[in-house]
Amino acid sequence: MAKPKIATASLAGCFGCHMSVLDIDERILKLIELVDFDKSPIDDIKKFTGRCLVGLIEGGCANEENVHNLKYFRENCDILISVGDCAINGGLPAMRNNIPLKECLDEAYLNGPTVYNPSGKIPSDKEIPLCLDRVYPCHEVVKMDYHLPGCPPSADTIWEALVALLNNKPLDLPYELIKYD
Amino acid sequence: MSEKTVIIKIDGIEIKAKAGQTIMQAADEAGVYIPRLCYLKDLTPHGSCRVCTVKVNGRYQTACTEPAVDGMEVENKTQELEGLRRDIIDMLFVEGNHFCMFCEKSGNCDLQAEAYRLGICAPKFPYLFPDRDIDGTHPDIFIDRNRCILCGRCVNASRDVDGKTVFEFVGRGSEKKVAVNADAKLGDTNMALTDKAADVCPVGAIIKKRIGFAIPVGKRTYDQKPIGSEIESKS
Ligand code: SF4
Ligand code: SF4
Ligand code: FES
Repeated sequence: MAKPKIATASLAGCFGCHMSVLDIDERILKLIELVDFDKSPIDDIKKFTGRCLVGLIEGGCANEENVHNLKYFRENCDILISVGDCAINGGLPAMRNNIPLKECLDEAYLNGPTVYNPSGKIPSDKEIPLCLDRVYPCHEVVKMDYHLPGCPPSADTIWEALVALLNNKPLDLPYELIKYD
Repeated sequence: MSEKTVIIKIDGIEIKAKAGQTIMQAADEAGVYIPRLCYLKDLTPHGSCRVCTVKVNGRYQTACTEPAVDGMEVENKTQELEGLRRDIIDMLFVEGNHFCMFCEKSGNCDLQAEAYRLGICAPKFPYLFPDRDIDGTHPDIFIDRNRCILCGRCVNASRDVDGKTVFEFVGRGSEKKVAVNADAKLGDTNMALTDKAADVCPVGAIIKKRIGFAIPVGKRTYDQKPIGSEIESKS
């Protein structure tokens, strides 16, 4: 029987949660006996090769590409998990949420103290994904099935969650593993 | 005069209370933890957060303000009440800007700890991301209203313990906020680092400068044991 597949994505995140996945250390060898990694920055597979059991999402939605990617994951994964605070509440990127987008862009590209921009223009190219008005937690864009809080969630948290799901058990994190920092 | 004793039942278990005690005080002494946020021993109960809501003879009451009366039947740890508490905690998270990952109070924060205790992985309501201000004008103390849960502890402590009334609430509804008794900022008040008001904030809204992140992760108040364990270990 083919092994179940796992996919991962980093949206508006810092890759810290992916680092935490790698932090499960030698258990990753056990994991690849149990599952195949599909679309993920870990193996650089760009497009889903088949239906996935679990999709791990790091980061919230800050631009249209993030939304597109998140929807693509929702369509292709049975279980979608918000991994880390950015996926759950927007995290640090969401600090811009009560500042109008124009002010953010002006600060980043025109007025910031270290900005050198002789053209005086805010970059705009069809290759650059459009910023959203604010950063959205993943579950405000598509349905997410589980949330693993933390910045990042510990390797143990991720491991516990994957082991439970792969064994068809309920995901019930013990006290020590629910942390928001 | 000997103190009169009353007997109340919490979740079916009889506990003794002294006449005049609130349900919360009696429960604390008996080793029964009732979750709370705005209540702090030695301060006048404010009854504002509603996290301590219990059912008394079938009616909702706040345990921190309700006197214990002989024969009372109190429900505390029921699925219904835990659900309501979870909703309140969820709302407090989405109505403020709680970025625990860089908050100095993280690990020692009562709001976070109540959420952990209830096993909350993510709030179920949409985030509001309100626009709130900060005040760093005082040399030793900092206000970050993004994290204020309007519990009133600072208001009570400043008024009743410090005798200063540095803090007061202004505004209504979502506009309500903690204000200071100066024209401009906290730096213009007579607030001192040694004031009780500087110590009582359950969250990271009033914090002392230059001591953040002093305790390593793993050793902070709520890293290993849930909030309330110290009370429950008495029973
Ligand atoms: S005050 Fe508490 S809940 Fe709010 S950000 Fe700080 S640690 Fe988190
Ligand atoms: S500043 Fe702190 S103590 Fe004062 S009302 Fe807000 S949360 Fe409570
Ligand atoms: S602790 Fe009783 S209402 Fe807040």
